[in-house]
Amino acid sequence: MNLAAYGLSAAATIALAAAIAALVVPARWRPAVSGTGTALAGLAGLVGGAAAAGGQSFAVALPGVLPLSGVSLAADPLSGVFMAVTGGVAVSVGIYAIGYARHTGTGPVPAAVLPLFAASMLGVLAAASVPTLLACWELMALASLLLVLTEHRRRPEVAEAGRWYAVMTHLGFACILAGLMIFAAHAGGDSFAALRAGAGRLAPAAWGTVFVLTLAGFGSKAGMVPLHAWLPRAHPEAPSHVSALMSAAMVNLGVYGIIRVDFGLLGGGGARGWWLLVLALGAVSAVYGILQAAMCGDLKRLLGYSTSENMGLVLIGVGAAGLFAASGQRLLAGLALAAALLHVANHAAFKTLLFLSAGSVLRGTGIRDLDALGGLRAPMPVTTAAFGWGALAASALPPGTAFVSEWLLVQALIHGFPGGGTAAAVVLPTAVAAVALTAGLAVATFVKAFGIGFLARPRSDGAARAVESPVSMLAGMGLAGAACAVLALAPGLVLPAIARAVSATGLAGEPPPTGGGLLTLRLAGVAGAVSPMLLTIALLAVMLAAAAGLRAVPGRRARRAARLWDCGAGPLTARMEYTATSFAEPLQRVFDDVVAPETDIDVSHHDEARYLVAAVEYRSRVPDRIEHRLYRPVLAAVGAWGTAGRRLAPGSVHRYLGYGFCAVTVLLIVLAVTR
Amino acid sequence: MNRVGIAGGVIQVLLVTGGAPLLAGVMRQVRARLEGRAGPGVGQPWRDLRKLLRKEPVTPAGTSELYRVAPLVLVATTAVAAAVAPFVTAASAIGPAADLFAVAALLAMGTATLALAAIDTGTPFGGMGASREVTIMALAEPTLLVSVFALSVRAGSTGLAAIVGATLHDPARVLSPGSLLAAVALGVVTIAETGRLPVDNPATHLELTMVHEAMTLEYAGPDLALVELASAMRLCVFLGLLASLFAPWGIAVSAAPLALAVGAAAFAVKVGLLGAGLAAAEVFMAKLRLFRVPELLAGSFLLALLAVTASWFLAA
Repeated sequence: MNLAAYGLSAAATIALAAAIAALVVPARWRPAVSGTGTALAGLAGLVGGAAAAGGQSFAVALPGVLPLSGVSLAADPLSGVFMAVTGGVAVSVGIYAIGYARHTGTGPVPAAVLPLFAASMLGVLAAASVPTLLACWELMALASLLLVLTEHRRRPEVAEAGRWYAVMTHLGFACILAGLMIFAAHAGGDSFAALRAGAGRLAPAAWGTVFVLTLAGFGSKAGMVPLHAWLPRAHPEAPSHVSALMSAAMVNLGVYGIIRVDFGLLGGGGARGWWLLVLALGAVSAVYGILQAAMCGDLKRLLGYSTSENMGLVLIGVGAAGLFAASGQRLLAGLALAAALLHVANHAAFKTLLFLSAGSVLRGTGIRDLDALGGLRAPMPVTTAAFGWGALAASALPPGTAFVSEWLLVQALIHGFPGGGTAAAVVLPTAVAAVALTAGLAVATFVKAFGIGFLARPRSDGAARAVESPVSMLAGMGLAGAACAVLALAPGLVLPAIARAVSATGLAGEPPPTGGGLLTLRLAGVAGAVSPMLLTIALLAVMLAAAAGLRAVPGRRARRAARLWDCGAGPLTARMEYTATSFAEPLQRVFDDVVAPETDIDVSHHDEARYLVAAVEYRSRVPDRIEHRLYRPVLAAVGAWGTAGRRLAPGSVHRYLGYGFCAVTVLLIVLAVTR
Repeated sequence: MNRVGIAGGVIQVLLVTGGAPLLAGVMRQVRARLEGRAGPGVGQPWRDLRKLLRKEPVTPAGTSELYRVAPLVLVATTAVAAAVAPFVTAASAIGPAADLFAVAALLAMGTATLALAAIDTGTPFGGMGASREVTIMALAEPTLLVSVFALSVRAGSTGLAAIVGATLHDPARVLSPGSLLAAVALGVVTIAETGRLPVDNPATHLELTMVHEAMTLEYAGPDLALVELASAMRLCVFLGLLASLFAPWGIAVSAAPLALAVGAAAFAVKVGLLGAGLAAAEVFMAKLRLFRVPELLAGSFLLALLAVTASWFLAA
């Protein structure tokens, strides 16, 4: 047993103990027990994951635990990186949940499920065989579903979000199940080692089927467009710390599945076309996700769409890695995969921070609608600072975290260009453009979310009465913020672990994709370097110099407060401020054809004179177009099919016996013919 | 980090800070003369700045620290971009920071901060300006990065020093179709990002058509001086980037005083000429409707994409 194994077993034990304790302790202690248990399990997972990422791998088989197949667990640097990320998120979320659950109150079931959810995610990452993976995956899906449904008694929307989530997560599970079963049947074994060894025996058709099925299943968990429909529904309706755990940790497991199964086990090679598909889906997810986020007026829904966007960026990296590996550019494949993994870690850090601060806003004001928020800086200074730091990190601007990973991603795409052939000459510039458009729209989105949501004056009574959150919630946010700062300024701390994870996927034998120490990030093999730390120091130095220069101006006078310029029309009211909807309007017009907004204008006239307008009602909505065009028809068809099928079951026992008789007869005939 | 780079960095920051208001003065003077006016003279922006700096700093009611810090961030991002870009010397003061993406992201950081400050005032004009500015920035971003891509193909790196070095090494490459297309695309991005005609009118006094000016409407006194200085520096940095990327001749490659002086003079002349040309072209142009701007940017994006593919297909 090494530190990785100890960490994981400790995480499982603590989570189980906390779950049982949360069921039996009095309600007063429940939030503390559940939150502390989650945080400790997360800490154990973080330590174990860090040890595994540092090279301490282990493998253990427990044949007696699960009937028929047994449980087989292992950790290598790849799962270690994801475990450390999951554990880190769980630590922040656990500490935060203590204060959050105390405010909203928590039933015994959600309190008990929270630590189990964290542990089941670690279980997915530690799985080393198909049955173990599937069992943990399903446990994770059920745990998260129960957590999403926490507030279903209070709000009817939660139940609808829960139904969407339940259906989509199980369809995804079915895809993964089918894909992995086909894989295992062809490979002749269900442990990951057997799958890896047998991957070469797969016929191209079987290979493609397994690839598409697992991509669909894992991709739907990662919020990949067009299988993202559950994400912007379930994330906003869950309690905020659960949203953080789902959005920052659970969606990563979809990416982990794709990297583990499709890249690692199926072999990074295969036809280039499949990886082009991954890249294209990633690009579409990134642009579509951020476009919807830019239009979105609901703070948590916006963050949910932004998750889709960031997973899209990660998938661009994974797709590019597969593409490069398939065409023999293994160094660049490593670089692209390292960019994707670094973005996973960065996204986890800033999305935890953003969801936790959004939860703090929700607790303090009771409002999620950006159009009704604003003016939170004075009453909620820490939350405002936390969200601002998270928004900077999310918008790929220096010195934010996403800047480093997106820089790395773009470098991988650019350097793959000269040696990639004609397909790469068309695909890679388009991918760079998609990343660039995503980065630009992300800036617009987060300027909107932070500027409209937190700055200026409150736009409603709820926002005006905001109160700051308790210390435990702020501490959870502070931890996530510190993680953002470390990842942004010293990515060199985590890059060695990511390099080991990259070589664990089958790109072994190559030099680590990045180097250059703590201060500077230098690419190996190709020219390119960036130093977020030096940039930040330079920025701060110039700001201090400019401030000192201003103070040194002779005859300088004291700062004075003044009225805003109101065109001489009296004081400006909060109603006159720009809202999130008006802020997004230019973008909505530009992308009119893509997002297809719906607007209704009702004009009602006076009864006496039709020429006098009594009231004008204007309603504008940006529906999720993919959901509208893709899911509604399918749902309608299924519904119609069900209604039609009802005629087959009129309630007559004779008819049912007849069905049974016919079925047996047909079966016998088929057997007689085929045997 | 070497002597050439540090000398260049210091000279560039001083040159851009001191020269940017003069560049604005030259551009206004060119415009005034072409329109048949006498013009206030090249030094007028500096005189304005001096006047503003001596005024009383004012904090509008309801604004936060962000509003007061934003001008400093704006100046800092532009100054760091000026320090790391190869304007006077081919090496950079902070080598690893002189990546073309890092410079573009720094400048975008300044824009985003000013947009937040504009929203922070809570006036409709501030929100309007911020909304339009970030929309234009978001749409200009793909063009910018894909042009960078096109330029980096021949240098094999997105480092500014590497790109400039490659051009110095093989000047004929500047006239290749890929490079020319990228130059046009970057030119459009420069116009969009610095708020010049036809994207935004820097001399407008009608609030409804303002973009950049609407964001800075509440600023006064020394804060306004910093914002004005930063936007002049921003224009200077963008024009300097265009000059260094497509015509790096005269740039210093050693730390000899003469080489540095020639580099500084060449930079001043190139940026001055580009600025005068831009101002002269603006006389014949009207501002585009805001919702026609995306078409302009989409066009420039196509040029950038063509630049990349041209550099592949024509080189192969």
